[in-house]
Amino acid sequence: MTGEQELKYTAEHEWVDADGDTATVGITAYAAARLGDIVYVELPGVGDEVTAGSVVGELESTKSVGELYAPVTGVVTEVNDEVASSPEVVNSDPFGAGWLLRVRITETPELLDHAAYQQLTGEA
Amino acid sequence: MTDPEHGDPERRRSPLHEVHAAEGATFTDFAGWSMPLKYGSELAEHAAVRTAAGLFDLSHMGEIVVLGPEAGEALDAALLGEISAVETGRAKYTLMLNGEGGVVDDLVVYRTGPDRFLVVANASNRETVAAELRSRAVGFQTEVQDESEDIGLLALQGPLALDVLTEVGGFSADQDERTEQRFVELLTALRNYRFLAAWYRGHPILVARTGYTGEIGYELFLAPALLPQLWRAIRETGAGSGVVPVGLAARDTLRLEAGMPLYGNELTPLTRPQQAGLGRLVRGEKTADYVGRDAVEGFDPAGQRILVGLTCEGRRAGRHGYPVRAGDDVVGEVTSGALSPSLGHPIAMAYVDPAAVAADLAIDVRGTALPARVVPLPFYKRPERKA
Repeated sequence: MTGEQELKYTAEHEWVDADGDTATVGITAYAAARLGDIVYVELPGVGDEVTAGSVVGELESTKSVGELYAPVTGVVTEVNDEVASSPEVVNSDPFGAGWLLRVRITETPELLDHAAYQQLTGEA
Repeated sequence: MTDPEHGDPERRRSPLHEVHAAEGATFTDFAGWSMPLKYGSELAEHAAVRTAAGLFDLSHMGEIVVLGPEAGEALDAALLGEISAVETGRAKYTLMLNGEGGVVDDLVVYRTGPDRFLVVANASNRETVAAELRSRAVGFQTEVQDESEDIGLLALQGPLALDVLTEVGGFSADQDERTEQRFVELLTALRNYRFLAAWYRGHPILVARTGYTGEIGYELFLAPALLPQLWRAIRETGAGSGVVPVGLAARDTLRLEAGMPLYGNELTPLTRPQQAGLGRLVRGEKTADYVGRDAVEGFDPAGQRILVGLTCEGRRAGRHGYPVRAGDDVVGEVTSGALSPSLGHPIAMAYVDPAAVAADLAIDVRGTALPARVVPLPFYKRPERKA
């Protein structure tokens, strides 16, 4: 797993771990904490084409619903089935076992680095 | 943006704010206050109230005292129900109505003496309720005092609440601190919707067996300056038995499971009590005239939406504002909904056309029809426990 320092981020509080042409995507610890205890995760299907910035899924806590945006454009190659059955993993390990999907990248928009993301959340 | 670690500095803060911060609270804006949303996991807080006990800071609630020889009569004229018939030491759940029979607020009224009542209002309605009580009390020998600044409120709710409260220490039945054992006896014998006027470390306290969670529990009214001391005492006493602080997030799922209405969701100025399942509060035999009487006693339920409980399968929940459908027709609207932490499936309260209650219903969850079944409220009942 790539360290949080090396990950890229979006303003929608997602992290992107790009390895060659594949990006692993999850939500940040900040986002997970703001949502509260996550009780339901809906992810796109494997093979779905996704466009950067579009809604591809959602995360529900007891209190609220958060939308999941595709941080990059490409094709979904894998989704994390474990979070569907145990959504609490997103809270307990958002940067690890709580990853959400993998996308074969065709296009990557400009993403935030760790420092820029921390600036955004006021945690710098 | 509000900093969840510290809360919005523009908002009012509880006397326990620093205590909450030290407990790791995340704060949320609520009716002008910055109050704890949760301390860690709201699901764990919810579970603790169901299995052990939870401690709540309710400093945001409004406490309005109505006193004078005609205080009871003034409240009869101002509120639903015969408040003047409530005995000292007892509490009553009631509503303040507007002239059209709609709900201004839901209230618990505690009779603290022959000529003295404590009216507890929702934070968002405190000023409205105080102003309405003042104007509705004109002509009666009574006085209305908004004492919200001088009365603090904690709640301890859950199956272990009594055990913890009897072990905290510092309580006494009267000003003489040697009456601690007497206090414990009185508290143990205290029944639902009754309260004790007692003492805590030499200061007056009301200990009421009331709450908003569906569990046995207590609400404690005392001077705001004493809140941190009592909070810490309860936390220390309860730490070994799983008592945790509980924020507003779990408070909402607890009351929803218990089928208790929330002002702003299930109760609004357009809601008549009968629609909300509160028709029992409308007593035709009440002799005193009261605001909203004609509208509420003449209410014709035909065709008027009624509050129902809905359950669904899976984990996706209908939420406030989502449409309820029967086929293609919108026949209702969800007022509160969540995945029930205790039951493990989604629950919701919704207003539904009476003709559609027996139909095959579905909640429209952002475009997906989630089949829903009408069930009696409450969703959750506390298990009978042996004493």
